[in-house]
Formats: sequence, C-alpha cells, structure tokens
Amino acid sequence: MTSVLLIGECDQNGEITQATLQAITAAMGLDDPRITAVFPGRPPELAKRLPIDSIVIASEVTDSDDGIFEQATADISSLLLAKKPDVILLSKSDLGSIVGARLAFRADIAFVPDCLEISNSKGQLTVIRPVYGGSALAEFIVPSYPAVVTLRPGSYYPADEDGAPSIDSIEFQNVEPSALVVDTVAEVREGIRLEEAKVVVSGGRGLGGPEPFSVLENIADELGGAVGASRAACDAGWIDHSHQVGLTGKSVSPDVYIAVGISGASQHMAGCSSSRAIVAINTDPDSNIFREARFGVVGDWENVLPSFLDAVRELKA
Amino acid sequence: MTIRIAVLAKQVPDPEIPPSQFNIDESAKSIIPPNGVPPVVNGFDLNAVEGALQLRDSGAEVEISIISVGAEFVMDVMKKTLAMGADRLILVDDHNLDKIDAAATVKILSAAINKDGPFDLIIGGRQASDWDQAHVIIGLAEALKLPLVSLVQKLQINEYGLSLHRVVPDGYQVINSKMPAVLTITNELGEPRYPNLRGIMQASKKIPDVLSLADLGLSAEDLVPKLELSKLYVPESNRQVEIVNGDDDADSGKKLALRMREEKLI
Repeated sequence: MTSVLLIGECDQNGEITQATLQAITAAMGLDDPRITAVFPGRPPELAKRLPIDSIVIASEVTDSDDGIFEQATADISSLLLAKKPDVILLSKSDLGSIVGARLAFRADIAFVPDCLEISNSKGQLTVIRPVYGGSALAEFIVPSYPAVVTLRPGSYYPADEDGAPSIDSIEFQNVEPSALVVDTVAEVREGIRLEEAKVVVSGGRGLGGPEPFSVLENIADELGGAVGASRAACDAGWIDHSHQVGLTGKSVSPDVYIAVGISGASQHMAGCSSSRAIVAINTDPDSNIFREARFGVVGDWENVLPSFLDAVRELKA
Repeated sequence: MTIRIAVLAKQVPDPEIPPSQFNIDESAKSIIPPNGVPPVVNGFDLNAVEGALQLRDSGAEVEISIISVGAEFVMDVMKKTLAMGADRLILVDDHNLDKIDAAATVKILSAAINKDGPFDLIIGGRQASDWDQAHVIIGLAEALKLPLVSLVQKLQINEYGLSLHRVVPDGYQVINSKMPAVLTITNELGEPRYPNLRGIMQASKKIPDVLSLADLGLSAEDLVPKLELSKLYVPESNRQVEIVNGDDDADSGKKLALRMREEKLI
C-alpha cells in the first residue's frame, strides 16, 4: 500500500486546476494507493467528488494567502505529522514548488521537483525528471519514504472519474507572517492570452531588435494568435517578459507554434514542445529548432515573413 | 550601517552548448563537457549579483560576499562576480562535491553562512541551469529559519526591511518583508552588468577564501544523499521536419503558408 497526500489547488475562478487532476492520475498509478487530498485554504465543493479516498478540511480556515505560502507550509507540515504519508504529491506550480521544497527541508526528507513520471511498482519509488534545461532526463531512486514530489503539468492525463471521498476535519494553527503582500499588479494584456492561443508566433535573438516584433504581431493578428518570445529577446528588452516562452517563462501548447529566429535551445523548447506542430524559420540549417519542427524554412525572416503573411491573407480571402 | 549580503553562485556547464554538442556519459551518469567550452557562473546567480549591486547603486552601504560550493572551480570564471563589483569570494571546494544532492548543498551553505555571518540578506538565482531544481535556496531558508521570498524581480530597502516585487503568473506582487531574509532572484530583474576594466583589475588582485569541508566542521558522513541518480540519458526525438524550399526566401514563405493550409494548420 502507498499512502499519498496530495496538495490540490484551484485557479482564480475556484475551479480545481488541471495540474491537480493530473496529479490524481499519477497518484492512482502508484502501488495500491490510498489518496488523501488537502486544498490550502478552503477546498472547492467539487473536491467532494474526486476519485480519491479522503479529503482534509480545516475546521477553521487559516489565511493561506500570505503570498509566500508560510501558512500553507505550516498547515501541511502539521498534516504530515498527523497522517504520515509515504508520498506527498504537488503540481509544479508557484505554490507547489515553494511549499513542496519547504515541507521536505522542514521534515528533512527527500524532495524531487518537476517530475514527468512517478512509479513504485517495483517496490521502490522511482521518478524521472528533465535536467540541463530538458537536454537530458534523469531517473532517481528514492531509497526511503516519505518523499515529496512535484509533477510537471501536462505529464499525465487529468483524472475524470467521480468518487466519494470521506471528509476529515482538522484544526490548523495560524502562523505570524514574516512578509506581507501589500499590492498585486496585473500585467497589461491585450488580445488573446498566450497560454490559451491556438497559434503562437514567437521571435528570438535572430530578429536582431524590437521592431520585427510588429511583423510577428501582424501575423498573429491574421491567424488569431498571440506573440511569444525567447528569453534572449526578452532579456535584451525587445519585448516584455510577459511574452517569454520557456522553462522559466510560460508554457504553451497551441496547434501551431511558429518560431522565428529562435535556435531552439532546450530551455526554450521546454515551454513549447507540446505544441501540435512547430514551424521554424531560421537562417541556420543546423539549428536545433529544425529537429523539433514539423515544417521549416531555411531563410531570412525579413524575406520569408512578408510573402508568408500575403499568402495567409490570400488563403483567407 | 552596512548591509551584509551573501550571494550564492554556482559554477555550471555553459547552458548555451548547442544540443548537437551536448553529450552524456551514461555509465558515469554525468555530462561530457565539450572541448574548449569553459563553465560559466549560473546566469540567474549573476542576476542576483546584479540585484545586490543595484542596492549599492541606490545609495545603501552594502558588503557583497559571493559563496559557492563545488569542485574544480575555474578561478577566472568565478572571479567574474568580483569583477562585476562583489567584495569577497568564498569557495567551498572539495573534490567530493560534484556528486552531492541539494540536501547536502544546503548543509554546506548553512555552515558557510553561519561561519561568516550574520548576513542581512541571502540571495541567489531562481534556479541553476544544470539541474534546474530551484530548491537549494528554499531549503536554506528553512535551515536558517528565515523568511523566503522567491522570484524577486525588484528589491529595495524600506522602513519594514525590504520592498520586493515578486513575479507571479499574471503579473507581480509587491511584498514587504522583514530582514534578514532569503530571496531568489529571477532574470526579469535585468541583465547582469558587464565588468569594467577597473573591476577586472581589482578582481585580479583579490584572493578568494577557499574552504574545505573540514574547515566547516563537516565530513562526508554529513552529506549522505537522500536520492540516488540511477540513470542519465538524452531523450530521443522522433520528429521529422519537412523543409519547404522555394525559388528564393519570399517564395519559400508563400509555399510554407500553402503547405500549412494543406495540413489544416491554418
């Protein structure tokens, strides 16, 4: 038997995140799992229908929104002591990354972040995670329980069955916060959200400056998509960091990802490799992007893009 | 009053190595550095050095100590942090330290910080570009029992201690934190400055403090890993690219649109 404590999360609309449902699938794949879920703050009503064994509800909800997750860490730490799970599963979200690491170091137990696979069918816990920006995969054996694992979103299908978990009430202690969020500033966003766009047109170092992004915008507008960028282009100040796609930026999975002047370093590919089709335009025929692309043009974007845009307009007409 | 800042910096293989030259020795479970490509200081750690220097530029009196744990340091590489403007460089150098895990790294760093401390601020990059784990600094905050704020893109001293901008998925939070605190810095903070000639000259004269595990009162038994690396390999890619070839670049652009239409991609 494997006892699993799963840390669930909700989005701004109060819906259970896809990453949480994916973590449930991962947990269900472990050896004879007993899955308990806890949602920092108040669990959503829908949690009572998840295909798991039990959910933990705080008898008095602590204020978990301190911005740096001190309360959530304290709450779940106390649960670890009460429940003694073998595996603590989180998604690799903002909360999961921080709370997961803090829990593990506080309890002096193993921590493996950002995993693609988790299994314990052969008697020992084994996980696989990307390293070197995704250029390589590492398989780790965790010799003893308990262990804290965060899962990369998209690594498993979301669980879609219904269940009837038992409800377990527990009391948490409020902690004195050492830092307070005094303001939250939303990024200014025009048009379609990058993460939701069906078409993403991204530019990289090969564009050489900020001006060419207006050409990418025209193409994105025509295709009903959004503009992305490599970290190099953002760090150079050519476009705002909110457009950054990659390991440390946004993860996108559109139907079409058009990469212009992007070499395709694995750190960038980590943010777009789940796109249905990648289309690459690059002057260097040896660049890595062509290894990942379905269609490619070896050429100068300055000459390729205008005729591409014209042809797209004609096809639409 | 001088604000003492420890910046944690890691020497890593150059992440700009093209994938074609990225090779793994599967039996040794380590990467084979390509010939002639020197290691670099982890880019996000240089963002952290930049953040510390920006505090100095804003008028605060700061002392910046770089602390690094590793094996086979290349001195010219690590001294880049001094050339940028850091005051001191502390290297915990031991040939056993290239295979340790994050838990052991946290033990060593907290011993080094306790030996040289107290510090008002302990900062480092959001993650290292080799193992992308992003949790050594978080673990350090736990070990030192200090507040932790991650993904900081702007830091200033204010009457509460620190005013921080922390990157969140759809914008940023403005956070007031107590000091001392532990911060991870993200690249949104801004590009690390280039060392100027004066900085390079001064750095060349500085001698790093090199510490062994014994100097920190630690031994190999203290560093037993919690994880065992069982395999390291390069994943196979099975995608086949179709190169669209026109008479010239403009013709290729047109043909690309047609092919994408045929495949119902647009």
